[in-house]
Amino acid sequence: MPGDCLSENNMSSVTPVEAHWALGRLTWDSVPMAHEPILLWTFIAVVLGGVGVLALLTRYRLWGPLWRDWFCSIDHKKIGIMYMILGIVMLLRGFADAVMMRLQQAMAFGDSMGYLPPHHYDQIFTAHGVIMIFFVAMPLVTGLMNYLVPLQIGARDVAFPFLNNFSFWMTTAGAVLVMVSLFLGEFSTSGWLALSNLGAQNPGVGLDYYIWSLQIAGVGTTLSGINLIVTIIKMRAPGMSLMKMPVFTWTSLCTNALIVASFPVLTAALVLMSLDRYVGTNFFTNDFGGNPMLYVNLIWIWGHPEVYILILPCFGIFSEVVATYSRKRLFGYTSMVYATVVITILSYIVWLHHFFTMGSGASVNAFFGITTMIISIPTGAKIFNWLFTMYKGRIRFELPMMWTVAFMVTFAIGGMTGVLLAVPPADFVLHNSLFLIAHFHNVIIGGVLFGLFAGMNYWFPKAFGYKLDRTWGVRSFWLWVVGFYVAFMPLYVLGLMGVTRRANHFEDTSLQIWFQVAAFGAFLIALGIACFLIQLVVSYLKRDQLRDVTGDPWDGRTLEWATSSPPPDYNFAFTPVVHEIDAWWDMKKHGYQRPLTGFQPIHMPANTAAGVVISALSLVLGFALIWHMWLLAGASFAAMVIAAIVHTFNYQRDFHIPASEVTETENLRTQQLRAAHV
Amino acid sequence: MSAHDMHAPAHAHDDGHHHAAGPHVTLREYATGFVLSVILTAIPFWLVMAKVITDRPTAVLVLGALAVAQILVHMVFFLHMNGKVEGGWTLLSTIFTVVFVVIAIAGTLWVMFHMNTNMMPEHPTLPQSLGAASTPWVG
Amino acid sequence: MSDLHLQSGAGGATLSPRAYHLAHEPHPENGTSLGFWLYLMSDCLIFAALFATYGVLGRSYAAGPTGAQLFDLTLVAINTAFLLLSSITFGFAMLRKQKNDVKGTLLWLAVTGLFGLCFLGLELYEFAHLLHEGAGPQRSAFLSAFFTLVGTHGLHVTFGLIWLVVLMVQIGKHGLIHENQRRLMCLSMFWHFLDVVWIGVFTFVYLMGVL
Repeated sequence: MPGDCLSENNMSSVTPVEAHWALGRLTWDSVPMAHEPILLWTFIAVVLGGVGVLALLTRYRLWGPLWRDWFCSIDHKKIGIMYMILGIVMLLRGFADAVMMRLQQAMAFGDSMGYLPPHHYDQIFTAHGVIMIFFVAMPLVTGLMNYLVPLQIGARDVAFPFLNNFSFWMTTAGAVLVMVSLFLGEFSTSGWLALSNLGAQNPGVGLDYYIWSLQIAGVGTTLSGINLIVTIIKMRAPGMSLMKMPVFTWTSLCTNALIVASFPVLTAALVLMSLDRYVGTNFFTNDFGGNPMLYVNLIWIWGHPEVYILILPCFGIFSEVVATYSRKRLFGYTSMVYATVVITILSYIVWLHHFFTMGSGASVNAFFGITTMIISIPTGAKIFNWLFTMYKGRIRFELPMMWTVAFMVTFAIGGMTGVLLAVPPADFVLHNSLFLIAHFHNVIIGGVLFGLFAGMNYWFPKAFGYKLDRTWGVRSFWLWVVGFYVAFMPLYVLGLMGVTRRANHFEDTSLQIWFQVAAFGAFLIALGIACFLIQLVVSYLKRDQLRDVTGDPWDGRTLEWATSSPPPDYNFAFTPVVHEIDAWWDMKKHGYQRPLTGFQPIHMPANTAAGVVISALSLVLGFALIWHMWLLAGASFAAMVIAAIVHTFNYQRDFHIPASEVTETENLRTQQLRAAHV
Repeated sequence: MSAHDMHAPAHAHDDGHHHAAGPHVTLREYATGFVLSVILTAIPFWLVMAKVITDRPTAVLVLGALAVAQILVHMVFFLHMNGKVEGGWTLLSTIFTVVFVVIAIAGTLWVMFHMNTNMMPEHPTLPQSLGAASTPWVG
Repeated sequence: MSDLHLQSGAGGATLSPRAYHLAHEPHPENGTSLGFWLYLMSDCLIFAALFATYGVLGRSYAAGPTGAQLFDLTLVAINTAFLLLSSITFGFAMLRKQKNDVKGTLLWLAVTGLFGLCFLGLELYEFAHLLHEGAGPQRSAFLSAFFTLVGTHGLHVTFGLIWLVVLMVQIGKHGLIHENQRRLMCLSMFWHFLDVVWIGVFTFVYLMGVL
């Protein structure tokens, strides 16, 4: 029977605190560690770990290089890597939340209440969703696009390098704010989209942490979207018409169009909710004319394009991987492009399928149900194109290809359950059940995560100069794939039996075995993540054996493989000229020899601290707003504006790499390449 | 869209290049746009203030059409939008945005109308605690 | 592995060799204009969400005052005139910029700023009056939506004015160098865009509110 005892939202510390002139509503009571042992231990671990990292940095005198060469860098490659690091670190936090949930749900039956009280459990599932979507998937996807797009189009950097740096730090500021909520105050209990407990009904700091971390990160994401669109439109190498771009670049273009055209709606929805909370407006209240359903509507107008933002780049990754490892040109390039564009457009007219049950009635539900089913068609076309590419190809099952095959099977299943959910009457039974949870994890893990692992294994050598260790990668792969199925297939069953999501306790003990199986699956995935981390370490230790000396370890087809691994700061000594799709493959076929002389000075943008500074100030602003520290909020806001204005007075934002330095770098590469042929 | 010239001459940072600093603008463009805008503003204000159209749906349509017309005037004469600026990408992105705006607004109105009809209970006019219970506000 | 040896393969010696790189650094077109336009499109979408909200909640008076009771169309007409005039004066500034006339540009920018300030002043007066009448944003969903939509537009005008002043200082300091011309272009787009949004505001909020 359906799981009962839905986690109640016990509002903690709601006794109105008298606002302190400087500290707002921040008091010693806001530090939950005192009465939550889990948090206390987490805090101790974080402090120890943090101190350890800081000690290492100091010991090896890395502060200077870290600040100058990385934090202030406007190089898209460095920024891309930093995004990936952010995403992987947050993956560990988000996954810890998942493990905690699986444990609780495996234990809490009948008399046993588990180890997580409802209020804490609610924060965990909320944090899990928020972190995984906004601070794992988005940064990882953005990081890959950032790293690769300029290289794939033969450019030196993105269109707005400073904005790129700023976008990264805004995303990081949002992540930091979420992490701070662990130790000061609490996090939201309203789910990853804050659909419940709107506005004044949940006056605690949790929802405010949620709002401001998303608003800050959202600014970064939107600007990054604009940046990449302009990059792709304006900075393609001569000869690279739109229909000669790599497919990953096409999917990046569509993804960033989706970002620019959907994130503003998220911004607006969160602003309206903030106004309800801070000013007492009546947008989503239950009285004075407010309408909570409007929030649901607005947030999903953003929410659905968001999931396509996550998956489209991964479709691009698969296209690149399949073509490379099948040693064949991608089948149906044109239809791939059209399918991507169609998905982009259709993603705007399906959003209501997330709330069929809210009561809009048959005609509205039918319309959106149909559009939702239609959107599966172009996706299907893509899968066929990948399969046709593989057909009669000479396939090498390197890790990226393995992840791709796992994706095709897993995503197809997830997609099918999606089409099932698209039928409104079916959704009336399955909405907010574990079936839904299984569905979206199926497509996000099977699609986005598997794609990211494929992409990471594929492009890691390009970024770092050595391949990832295959043995540990394969172990990670199998643990992830098997673990995923073991963790989520039971959830489909439970959902069909009527079990609701987000429950921290159940009465029906006959369900327990399914949850225990799922917990075991989570354990397997944990091992998979451990193997992935080990893979990173082992690869580093064995980097000399795994070295990529030519820059083209997989016999790739697109322009990024024309550079050394890692590429020089300027990417290409000479701007490439493109004649065909798969430009690098074309160059290789025609025996193109890279020039050895005649290098020119190269015009490059300069590093700057402005992005870090303004983002740090935004972090302070967010924190101040959460805790009602009005003075600090006003001051930090003013400081942000001033810092931005000061930045605009800096007109000297570029420099030239002298020709001698370029020559030196290129000569080194020439030597490397010669050695590789011995 | 545009394939760059393969032998693009290398030139130093340009200063005062017209094409790099935006499209060429003329007084006539601005003047025309201004006059049209004034007309397209005066008419709707007059229509409403003099209560010319009594049928509300008609009035809404007329006002809407005039607004759209004036927006187009602004786009063309003040924002210099045409299919050639920036290789047509500003026009394309504008069209894309307009389509999405229409979907978002029309979709929201349609959805919320149905939601309200099906799901909103009869509203009490005001909560009692406010005191001014059922007295309508008088200006 | 990557093959960099010259092959006599594809095409053979008779085909003219393709050039695969540019000998000289190309000058990619600057993306600022397009990038800023895209930002404006995203801003447009924020306003779209606010308009949609107003569309849904615009009749939820909660037994409070309605638009017909509150809106002073004369005031709105004057404000519309201020904004429209500021648009044309910005146009004059751009014409002066085209002639490389720093003083003329700054003069017309100043006039634009003045009109902008008048607009803001009048709008603040209107808001203050409404608050005084007890018709603040907390009174009803309609008023929440009204204040937010019109207020967001006003906030944008405010930021535009700050930007205007900063840019005037920068033009005064460095003249109409290329970078400043680009910034002027962006501000110009921003300013006209705000007027476009205002068309939507005065039509759908004020005029239709009074109907």
